[in-house]
Amino acid sequence: MGFLTQRRDRQLAAMQAAGRTVGRSLWQDATRRFLSNKVAVGSVIVLLLISVMAVFAPLLSPHTMEDFYWEYILVPPTLENGHWFGTDSNGRDMFVRTFYGARVSLTIGVMTTAVALVIGVTWGSVAGFFGGKIDNFMMRIVDVLYALPLLFFIIILVTVFGRNIYLVFIGIGAVEWLTMSRIVRGQTLSVKQKEYVEAARAIGLSNLVIVRRHVVPNIVGPVIVFVTLLIPTTILVESYLSFLGLGVQEPMTSWGTLISQGAANIDTGPWLLLIPGTFLAITLFCFNFIGDGLRDALDPEGR
Amino acid sequence: MFSFVSRRLAVALPTLLVVIAGSFFLMRAAPGGPFDADAQLEPEVIENLRAAYDLDKPVTEQFMLYMARLLRGDFGPSITYADYTVTELLAIGLPVSVKLGLTAIVVALLFGCLMGIISALNRNRWIDYVTMSIAMTGFAVPAFVVAPVLTLVFGLYLKLLPISGWNDGALQNMVLPVIALALPQIAILSRLTRGSMLEVMRQNYIRTARAKGLPEYKVVAGHALKAVSLPLVSYLGPAIAGIMTGSVIIEQIFGLPGMGRYFIQGALNRDYPLVMGTVIVYATAIILLNLLADVIYGYLDPRVRRE
Repeated sequence: MGFLTQRRDRQLAAMQAAGRTVGRSLWQDATRRFLSNKVAVGSVIVLLLISVMAVFAPLLSPHTMEDFYWEYILVPPTLENGHWFGTDSNGRDMFVRTFYGARVSLTIGVMTTAVALVIGVTWGSVAGFFGGKIDNFMMRIVDVLYALPLLFFIIILVTVFGRNIYLVFIGIGAVEWLTMSRIVRGQTLSVKQKEYVEAARAIGLSNLVIVRRHVVPNIVGPVIVFVTLLIPTTILVESYLSFLGLGVQEPMTSWGTLISQGAANIDTGPWLLLIPGTFLAITLFCFNFIGDGLRDALDPEGR
Repeated sequence: MFSFVSRRLAVALPTLLVVIAGSFFLMRAAPGGPFDADAQLEPEVIENLRAAYDLDKPVTEQFMLYMARLLRGDFGPSITYADYTVTELLAIGLPVSVKLGLTAIVVALLFGCLMGIISALNRNRWIDYVTMSIAMTGFAVPAFVVAPVLTLVFGLYLKLLPISGWNDGALQNMVLPVIALALPQIAILSRLTRGSMLEVMRQNYIRTARAKGLPEYKVVAGHALKAVSLPLVSYLGPAIAGIMTGSVIIEQIFGLPGMGRYFIQGALNRDYPLVMGTVIVYATAIILLNLLADVIYGYLDPRVRRE
């Protein structure tokens, strides 16, 4: 008996090793395709630059986020005094504030997407894996939620329970997982019916191994693509809420909050809107280009 | 067709009920109430006020009372706008939002389809690149950035259009809000149309139509358009939801007396009946319009009717 299990283990190990090299080369292939996409790579670089600036910009500027300069109110962008992006109606430095806003907006984008990812992947994979009545029931719930005006729910949630930044995370995340769950479920269902999964069953691999070796690698691609497209959506929802005065509150700031203040001062200080607005737009552009690039790289047939 | 529509209606009604119950209990579950800001009021006065709005009763009983009233078409009195019932406020706000939203969706469909078709028929020529860059910009620049920039350029610099106000829906007051509201949808619709058009033009029946010598405009208008419209119809639901949520912010920016303003005001002031009223109207509209989109889809594609 010991001999047999040993042999099977060795076979398994060899198989897994073989399988892994195949998997790796697939990923290498995708990486190569992605790197040859200049727009997508450029977008990655721009996003990295914005992220680095979000971390280090406050160190580069002589000013801090909360300093009030009463003698420099609504100064347009200038090299003088280091107000490179000008100042707002309270005389606060816009360079530092814009990148503080980047910090908050990007963090919210990533965190809420993480919330949506966890809920969506769990929900979708459970529904897809068990199938049948469970699947039917779980997906019916998703259908009903889809038809609801969920942004109105978030607004009620934040107005009623206080404008807490963590509530914004959870609220947006709890709303944006629906599409994710559909993608994961569809993918799980289709992988489950593939012959190689049947073959894996036939040689007696456990459910856990099948999920790890076959289901997960097949889901990862579409999920990564969807995540890069979900981050800009959540950033946009956060700015929408902050613009209405329901999201990030003073003294903290985000791009949405800055844009809202800019819109209020549009006649006296258009740069207050244009600068954070441009950064928001560039960020959304970049995420979309990266998402498109990843889709092309991971699913070359889909083109 | 009848059974298809009735099956959809059978899902729509419970959905609406979920919305009503969900928002009702969500609001009641929160700490605090609509009279918190009135700190100078005597406790007895607050008690009386709460009693007048049934807020002193258990939540489930409040819900039953509310549903009973709702079935009679009564949304109850507003708490912040003390002299108005919610029905009266909705009667003021709804026409504004409907006019704004409908115009925006028509404009978006018109321009979105046109841009998509033009750029698909001129694939990889300069006109394709121009329209798709516009689409990409409309996609990445949110309405609440576009709207203030539009007011700055057309209202403050060029002095061509008023920067705010409704003025009973006069054309010059509608232009900027409609553009700001329609732009993101134009972006998505034109990309969808382009993709769908490219797909359809590769089909065999298009080749057949060309082979029998039809002029290109007849191939496009007579054979391609119906197939192209399918994905557009299935996007109508999300588009309508997008226009509605966008409308909340656009009404705020341009100071328009629509539903969105009452919704935000109501939510900020804990005006339970007003929020419930606006949410119910929004949800009903979304559900009904989704239903309409489904029916149109079923009409265009008979396969959907018997699933």
